[in-house]
Amino acid sequence: MWSFSNIADSIHNGLSQTFNPTVTVILEMVIAGLAVIGLFAMLGLVLVIMERKVSAWMQIRLGPNRVGPKGMLQSFADTLKLLVKEGLTPNGADKFLFNLAPFIAMIVAMLLMAPIAFAKDFQLWDLNIGVLYVSAISSIMVISILMAGWASNNKYSLMGAMRSGAQIVSYELSAGLSILSIVILTGSLKVSTIIQSQADGWWIFKGHIPAIIAFIIFIIAVTAETNRAPFDLAEAESELTAGFHTEYSGMKFALFFLAEYVNVFIVCAIGTILFLGGWMPFHIGHWEGFNHVMDYIPSSIWFFGKTFFLIFIIMWFRWTFPRLRIDQLLNLEWKYLLPISMINVLVITAMAILKWHF
Amino acid sequence: MYRTTEIVNQEEGQPLEDGDMIINVGPQHPATHGVLHLVITLNGETIKKVEPHLGYIHRSIEKMCESLSYRQFIYVTSRMDYLSAHINNHACALCVEKGLEVEIPPRAQVIRVLMDELTRIASHELWWGAMAMDLGAFTPFFYAFRERESINDIMEETCGARLTMNYNVPGGVMHDLHPNFQKRVKDFIQLYKKKIHEYDEMVTGNIIFQNRMKNVGVLSAADAISYGCTGPTARGSGVSCDVRKHFPYEIYNQISFDEVLETQGDSYARYLVRIKEMQQSIRIIEQLIDNIPEGDFLTKTKAVLKLPKGEFYSQVETARGELGVYIVSEGGSTPYRIKFRSPGFSNLSVLDHIARGSKIGDLVAMMGTLDLVIPDIDR
Repeated sequence: MWSFSNIADSIHNGLSQTFNPTVTVILEMVIAGLAVIGLFAMLGLVLVIMERKVSAWMQIRLGPNRVGPKGMLQSFADTLKLLVKEGLTPNGADKFLFNLAPFIAMIVAMLLMAPIAFAKDFQLWDLNIGVLYVSAISSIMVISILMAGWASNNKYSLMGAMRSGAQIVSYELSAGLSILSIVILTGSLKVSTIIQSQADGWWIFKGHIPAIIAFIIFIIAVTAETNRAPFDLAEAESELTAGFHTEYSGMKFALFFLAEYVNVFIVCAIGTILFLGGWMPFHIGHWEGFNHVMDYIPSSIWFFGKTFFLIFIIMWFRWTFPRLRIDQLLNLEWKYLLPISMINVLVITAMAILKWHF
Repeated sequence: MYRTTEIVNQEEGQPLEDGDMIINVGPQHPATHGVLHLVITLNGETIKKVEPHLGYIHRSIEKMCESLSYRQFIYVTSRMDYLSAHINNHACALCVEKGLEVEIPPRAQVIRVLMDELTRIASHELWWGAMAMDLGAFTPFFYAFRERESINDIMEETCGARLTMNYNVPGGVMHDLHPNFQKRVKDFIQLYKKKIHEYDEMVTGNIIFQNRMKNVGVLSAADAISYGCTGPTARGSGVSCDVRKHFPYEIYNQISFDEVLETQGDSYARYLVRIKEMQQSIRIIEQLIDNIPEGDFLTKTKAVLKLPKGEFYSQVETARGELGVYIVSEGGSTPYRIKFRSPGFSNLSVLDHIARGSKIGDLVAMMGTLDLVIPDIDR
């Protein structure tokens, strides 16, 4: 059966035959790095055109339809425009931090790609604290936003950054607790073990209602963490013009923009890995024939299919809901989501000890 | 821009307290729907003071009108509140007719009322979409424009223009209705009734939307009167002020419709008033569309109109409130002085009062529900 792991294996074998082990490892690292950069750019372009098409579909209009077939090359054209545009630095800005912030945003998004299993046996770095690594690295994102807001020397930017700081730090708790509930059920932080534990059923089905609650809280929390509507207070355009990236232009703006979309992809991928079985195919009990057919679909298609389904849901939020106010946003987290997810973690722990899950 | 605000504050002798920040919203800002400039004093996210600065789109329409004849000046008023251009023209035509003491044929009266109500619906549709956009929901804007577009098409067919109709002339309307008019209006009513539930599903019933609107920007009835608020803004606070009911013009006293009143006074009440007003407008159109009397659409008037010496005042209910037109005539062919009492100016003046102590996000929602049209405030 065709899989991404075949490509990885053949590259590894080919390099091992030609070079000694050290050079092989270095070359593989370079290839992996280039692949991540390529994937980063591709994901940004694909997700932007997807968002524009989804929003057009929800808003009874056509969306981009001039550049390329059905407007599919529109985001290439936009990126090209942003590349050749002048990147202005305002006079009063802190030049070093102002120019550094977009790169931190991009580096964070790239680092987060490492532990994601894109297909069966196709993963850059299967480190033993994979899930912890993801939640640790993703909290660095707030530093880039605060840096951008502070260094811009613009009141709108500063307010957007402060909002974003309060928001990301709060919602990280709920996201962390939802991740923790799956870690408790699995007994491991390693991404490959978490996926392997779902071979006989995804956690969202195996974990009864508490797992579904954890999944819903996870989706809400990551929507807030990636600053997507209805939690897009950091860049609320009707209040703060563009929030923390008001002063950015050209490629520096594009890096923030791409990082936002790649972050959406990453949090959806983490949600897929934790709750929807990663690249595991969909199986129903003892329907041997059905399960066999499902097994024939490549694992990469399972992974990307589930991830893009979650991305679609997050886009659906954006084009449906009005924005929350800052105090409502923090109330939602501290008064509702956090207590619910704490109790939920307790229930899941009891379930894991008593082996009540399937 | 920062320096100007510092000077403004020094002049008023109010030094900033520790931790306060002045932020300029506008004149170019997505929330102000035009060139309104608000200087906001903030403490964190909480608003301490809102100071509207006007004058960015002042075209001295009142002064221009003094050099235009009584036929010509009506067209300039389309550019005041461009969303209810027809109703502005109507108010001016009424005032001139009062001075000339001409009778308007019944057909023209019905046509004017029909057009007024279509304009009112179109204006409220745009307000609905724009207000949802202020709150961060983009999609309603496109749904609102779907219905508004069919009204604009009706206007285009009969009046020749989509936004600045210039259809009213002293003595009636400029020309007769298009033969398709009745059919298209009926089609529009059907479309509207079929789609209205989407508005409730998408915005009115949304829990986030209700939390953003309820108990926000509360305007008491006494304050609404003392600030001179009119239209849906005042009716949301329970002040009965519909000119169509209190000082009926044309045939409004022969039609059955309700004055929509809400008593809460918050943003949500103002929202509900406008939503329900659209339904009342539909009710008025339904009563009239099959009963347009035959006959003249225009009374013959002299080629050069001259108002007798004196002062004339007329008022109408636009989509935003009471529009008053005050003409002082010296007996010549142009007015000596014209004064417009625009609803938007008074409605804007309450913004500081209701916004103090709330958050920035609420300020945007309040501006949305006050339904500000800047060229109307700043003539």
